[in-house]
Amino acid sequence: MSAASKKAIEAGQIWSFPGGIHPPERKELSNQSPIRQMPLAASYMVPIKQHIGAPGEICVAVGDTVLRGQPLTQSQTGQGLPVHAPTSGTVTAIGPGRIAHPSGMADVVIRIRADGRDDAMPAQGLTDYTQVSPAELLDTIRLAGVAGLGGAGFPTAQKLALQRPIDYLIINGVECEPYISADDRLMREHAETIIDGSEILLHLAGCDKGLIAIEDNKPEAIAVMKEALADHPHFSLRVVPTKYPSGGEKQLIQMLTGRQVPSRGLPIDIGLIMQNVGTAYAVSRAVRHGEALTERVVTVTGEAVAKPGNYWVRIGTPVAHVLHQAGFQATGEEQRVIMGGPMMGFTLPDVDVPVVKITNCLLIPSVTELAPAQQEMACIRCGACSDVCPAELLPQQLQWLAKAKDHDGLEQQNLFDCIECGACAYVCPSEIPLVHYYRKAKAEIRNIAREKAKAEIARERFEARNERLEREKEERLERHRKAAEARKKAQAEQVKAGGENPQDAVQAAIARAKARKAAQQKAAAENQSSNEDNS
Amino acid sequence: MTFKLAASPHSHQRRTTQQVMRWVYLALIPGVMTLIYFFGWGVIWQLLLAIATAWTAEALCMMLRGRPVESAWRDHTALVTAVLLAISIPGFAPWWIIVIGTAFSIIIVKHVYGGVGQNIFNPAMAGYVVLLISFPVQMTSWPLPVQLSQVDLSFLDSAVLIFTGYTPSGYDIEQLRMGADGMTMATPLDSLRTALNHQLTIDEALQQPIFGSFAGLGWQWVNAAFLLGGLVLLKVRVISWHIPVGMLLGLAVPAALAWLFSPDQSVSPVLHLFSGATMLGAFFIATDPVTAATSKRGRLYFGLLIGFLVFAIRTWGGYPDAVAFAVLLANMTVPIIDKYTQPVVYGHGGRT
Repeated sequence: MSAASKKAIEAGQIWSFPGGIHPPERKELSNQSPIRQMPLAASYMVPIKQHIGAPGEICVAVGDTVLRGQPLTQSQTGQGLPVHAPTSGTVTAIGPGRIAHPSGMADVVIRIRADGRDDAMPAQGLTDYTQVSPAELLDTIRLAGVAGLGGAGFPTAQKLALQRPIDYLIINGVECEPYISADDRLMREHAETIIDGSEILLHLAGCDKGLIAIEDNKPEAIAVMKEALADHPHFSLRVVPTKYPSGGEKQLIQMLTGRQVPSRGLPIDIGLIMQNVGTAYAVSRAVRHGEALTERVVTVTGEAVAKPGNYWVRIGTPVAHVLHQAGFQATGEEQRVIMGGPMMGFTLPDVDVPVVKITNCLLIPSVTELAPAQQEMACIRCGACSDVCPAELLPQQLQWLAKAKDHDGLEQQNLFDCIECGACAYVCPSEIPLVHYYRKAKAEIRNIAREKAKAEIARERFEARNERLEREKEERLERHRKAAEARKKAQAEQVKAGGENPQDAVQAAIARAKARKAAQQKAAAENQSSNEDNS
Repeated sequence: MTFKLAASPHSHQRRTTQQVMRWVYLALIPGVMTLIYFFGWGVIWQLLLAIATAWTAEALCMMLRGRPVESAWRDHTALVTAVLLAISIPGFAPWWIIVIGTAFSIIIVKHVYGGVGQNIFNPAMAGYVVLLISFPVQMTSWPLPVQLSQVDLSFLDSAVLIFTGYTPSGYDIEQLRMGADGMTMATPLDSLRTALNHQLTIDEALQQPIFGSFAGLGWQWVNAAFLLGGLVLLKVRVISWHIPVGMLLGLAVPAALAWLFSPDQSVSPVLHLFSGATMLGAFFIATDPVTAATSKRGRLYFGLLIGFLVFAIRTWGGYPDAVAFAVLLANMTVPIIDKYTQPVVYGHGGRT
């Protein structure tokens, strides 16, 4: 990063990003009261994979009793991220179960019947984390199961372990998605812990500047964080204007540094690393208290719940339990239950799925609140979508190409730079579900690439086999040729040495055979003539 | 219990295509009122004929294409086409002019190309050009402003004139276009062309009563009214500034240069801006999203091109006004404008 751009960043400059929208925020529905503790459920379902990457190996068996914070999975490689028991109880089943995923797919789930005592594993924190090696500290964070809580679920330790020079650590407290106020409340109530976690992250990132970004629609959180940051000279607060999707990693980087993450690259490629405030909180708890990640703040909101607000919800809590506790009343046939916010969340077909590490919100709108989408109409090329696209794509062009399944065209128009924020579909006057088309097209392209890779591997294997067979055949022939040659050579040498030529022996044998045959014929002829004499 | 599944986002801005179209014709009201005030009731009859034709043609096409008819009526796009064409033609033109024009716009220009969103050319302007080329006499017979006219036509008289070619008192359209001196008077732009062809200087040409206070009696106020409606559209963000500003600049800048360097042969940029279909074109016609360029920068270029073409055709071309031709020519350049004005996608070398 150049000195000039660093200087501008230090001066607190805020850049802007193209496009963006201002949907109704509706955060007041949930951000008015402190975070409440969700009462324990009778049973929990913990999916073994809640992050980006491979799951760990299951290290409990059905019938085992577990304590809160006890690892349910582990990994030998030091890469996988474990999941932990959310409360004390008995493992009742391990097997496929439905997880909260847009496709409603199943994964391995560990079911635990709670015993109600909520006994925790004894844990030991570090008072001075600077005394242990970074590798050990990273392992502590990994073993606590900390993944990015902002939505992506990338293992936090893995992000920090990329040994690359970093200019700035960015702590993301923007929370631009409407309705959600989990990070807002967390900042208001646990600013010190968040900042402590941020200091740990800064230490691990090996840089000395941190930027904490909050959207200007959270004045209370800004005030609290500002005060808490007073004696943390490494960190500065950045208040960014409210505009969706300013909390997107790429957009926030653009706002805070004026730079863009290269296409298909990572923030670390331009010397930046970003963590969510909830993640910073979890890191502090893991390091200072040895606590595993077994609960998170979930915003439960929408006009169809009687008690909207923020709740500490154990990972693995059935959504049904959360909705019941929040006083959910279905508002009709068109009732939707959305996991995540109104812009990027996905609807759940039913509520027998668990809350996971990346579940920041459960939105249960009344039918009138967020009107269901109308019938899609023809695109009038109004261009409203391009005006709001933060990635400066041409959404309407992508839409034509996606409908035509023109995959080359889609890649040329940089479909994979779409962050699926939904701004285009939000403004579309013809109510075209644009993001839906892009997702479908992306999946198709990925599938084709996967099939192609598979076919390529199969082809390579087939060719390798053919080659091997050919090679073996040639080797065999070569061996025979060499053996024959050696034999001939040996004979020649024998002859030269004055010895018997084996060829002579052959000739002699042939001569002997011929002589024998001739003698036999002669004997037969004589025999016949004597018989004639006798007759 | 199962719940409804839907694709994200779950929140939508409540502005539908039909609302966009509704804003367009609401914003046309000041212009239409002014047209009626200066050019008589004929406009209303043309509007009614155009709308009836457009709806019929739309329904017919949708039925032939095996699509639901209601969906086409619901989006109001045909209505906007009809209204734009109706207010572009002379108010007392015979009834079959507008019927042919609207039918051509909807059936050929819109549906043959695939319906809403698929047409390359602006339907109203393509219809207008077909009419202008096929029926030049009827299409250039603009009535005198009511204030200069010798005959006062009532609402019903106008209908009789449009449907029979004569008013109840026996005037035909040519007689209505005569001024007090018995000379047929043309529109300001027409008069200007004729005057220049007769080797008159601009100052001499502007002496004619048709020129009013600054840009042509009636016409200047019609343009001002369309400008007002256009500003409303900008305010409610139905259109963005790029095309109107581009078009007005593309027209005004060359006009100002010509006026500075050759004042005897050229009219002021103000006259250019406030005569003919300039404002209607800039805010309502060139801004048709379907046939305009896509990106913001592209739309600015698209507007500039239309503006310059209007200036060029008015100055050197064979027709007095040029908005329709300019828009159609610019429509053709849209693919190439789009190709070269595509914004740099995030992470592709812009500011990495």
